[in-house]
Amino acid sequence: MSGLLGVTGRGLVLLVLAALGLAVAPFVADRYLVSVLTTVLWFAYVGQAWNVMMGFSGLLSLGHALYVGLGAYVSAALFVHFGIGPWAGMVLAMLVAVVAGCIIGFLGFRFGVKGVHFALLTIAFAEVARIGFDHITWVGGSGGFFLPVEAGASDPLNLRGSPVLFYYVALALVVGALFLSRALLHSRLGYQWLAVREEPDAAEASGVDLFRARMTAVAVSSALTALGGVFQAFYFNNLFPEQVFSMGRSIEIILPAIVGGIGTLVGPILGAFILTPLGEVLTFLIEAGGLDLPGLKQLFYGAALVAIVVFRPEGVWPWLARRLRLVRQPGEGA
Amino acid sequence: MPIDYYLNIAASGLLTGLVYGLAALGLSVIFGVVRVVNFAHGEMMVAGMYGAVLLGGWLGLDPLLSAPLMAALLFACGWLLQRGLVNKFVERPEHMQFILLLGIATILVNAMLMLFGPDARNVQVPYSFDTVEIGPMLLDAVRLRAGAAAIVVAAALFAFFRFSRTGKAIRACADNPLGARVVGLNIDGLYALTFGIGAAVVGVAGALMTLLVDARPQLAPEYTLLSFIIVIVGGLGSLPGALLGGVLIGMSEALAGFLLTPSLKSLFSYGVLIVVLLLRPQGLLGKRS
Repeated sequence: MSGLLGVTGRGLVLLVLAALGLAVAPFVADRYLVSVLTTVLWFAYVGQAWNVMMGFSGLLSLGHALYVGLGAYVSAALFVHFGIGPWAGMVLAMLVAVVAGCIIGFLGFRFGVKGVHFALLTIAFAEVARIGFDHITWVGGSGGFFLPVEAGASDPLNLRGSPVLFYYVALALVVGALFLSRALLHSRLGYQWLAVREEPDAAEASGVDLFRARMTAVAVSSALTALGGVFQAFYFNNLFPEQVFSMGRSIEIILPAIVGGIGTLVGPILGAFILTPLGEVLTFLIEAGGLDLPGLKQLFYGAALVAIVVFRPEGVWPWLARRLRLVRQPGEGA
Repeated sequence: MPIDYYLNIAASGLLTGLVYGLAALGLSVIFGVVRVVNFAHGEMMVAGMYGAVLLGGWLGLDPLLSAPLMAALLFACGWLLQRGLVNKFVERPEHMQFILLLGIATILVNAMLMLFGPDARNVQVPYSFDTVEIGPMLLDAVRLRAGAAAIVVAAALFAFFRFSRTGKAIRACADNPLGARVVGLNIDGLYALTFGIGAAVVGVAGALMTLLVDARPQLAPEYTLLSFIIVIVGGLGSLPGALLGGVLIGMSEALAGFLLTPSLKSLFSYGVLIVVLLLRPQGLLGKRS
């Protein structure tokens, strides 16, 4: 069992404690804390989804808001216009996101668009979607798209219900993504991804189909991210292109993995647990200090980002795991 | 509709595009030499805008005269930034550099939001409503001056890189950093100088931009993306390419804003970007690597 994430006995104890804590959290926490934890889990999940592309396969996407937005809008439109619930709608939502991802991937990889240029291509598509959805009146255009809300509704089949329901759905997404990521990393495909990330030329020379490996990474990542979008649509019940597809959202998606540790399994989760509470604490401190300066919180956020990338460039998780001996070091016996 | 209409719109788009191109030149210089993508570029530009707004308010200074002061100020900031932080990241992976500059951009834009508030601010100039008649065209005096100033600064930059010893040394760094080190060039010093020059150029572009647009903190990320698009369209590392890209984007924005709706104008720029990335990834005037 301790072979699960390469953790030591001590790491396993901590992991089990954390999982138990999250499982019982809604019974002891108040509404505010549950909503913060739900946000944390959402960012952890989309961070995990992004990590498949950047962390496992070395493809820098700065436009993941596109997949969130497509997932959100497709599932919401199916629900509002055709009465199709999210459990069925998510299949189409993921499919649409995968198609979008594959179009970007196909164009990028076939035409040899690399590195910064590829990142820019992803931004460009997300921005095109943002401006485009501003003008699609079928889903509300720039005025926003709203899902019907009934007070006290409890209909898990349509993902309608209390915040606690959403909390557990988000928790399930994170746990599911964790096991999926691990399974992928230890599969033939996962090893190909790592080879492509580290040495694309050498990987190709040893028979890895670069194009196929990269396309599957984009497909998996965009499908997972779209699920996060479905969740977002039904949790917040309103969608605005300016928020859902914004560059700022794309950046928020990549931060957990970068702060926690790119390419690691636990990194995005830890990163989300650092970033969201940090933001909440900052809000609290600013309010307690009686300072009502718009921008102060984001300013600290920016400073924290710079500090993390300067002092912990490989992310917090690898460092923490080493310091606390939570993972087996290379060369250490099982 | 008479052809004069289109000529007018194309010409004013061209003049705005020259200022865009100047901003993109700064980005292109930094990327071409230091190999770091300055994701705080639009933030620096808006800093230049606010500088010109403040100087205009306090001293009644014309933005054309504030521009050299902004160049000096932003040169110092860019130099310090490269020396203090960015230089450590030159050899690190792209996404690390991206996060570093994103953090700096976040700090800058929110500092400006706190200092100046979210409302638009502008500079009063005596010629704001003057127009100049050139053949069939009627052009705004502010646009003509901003465009002309952008050409002058760009020409000075070209001359610097082509003829001065320092400029040649910087180009040597860009072509082959290792070789440049071998022949005894101070790479770190030249990188800091280059980042300073890039920041100064975008500071000037910001000061000129106040003639055309009111300063708002929210403009910063838009200008960052716009500069990127222009540099990619023109060709990374190609200085004439950046100017050409700026003019193309400026004109396509102006025409799209006129023919379609203004809210769709940036869609056009992204469209141009996607087409160029696919058909000519090295950009219009870039060399194939």
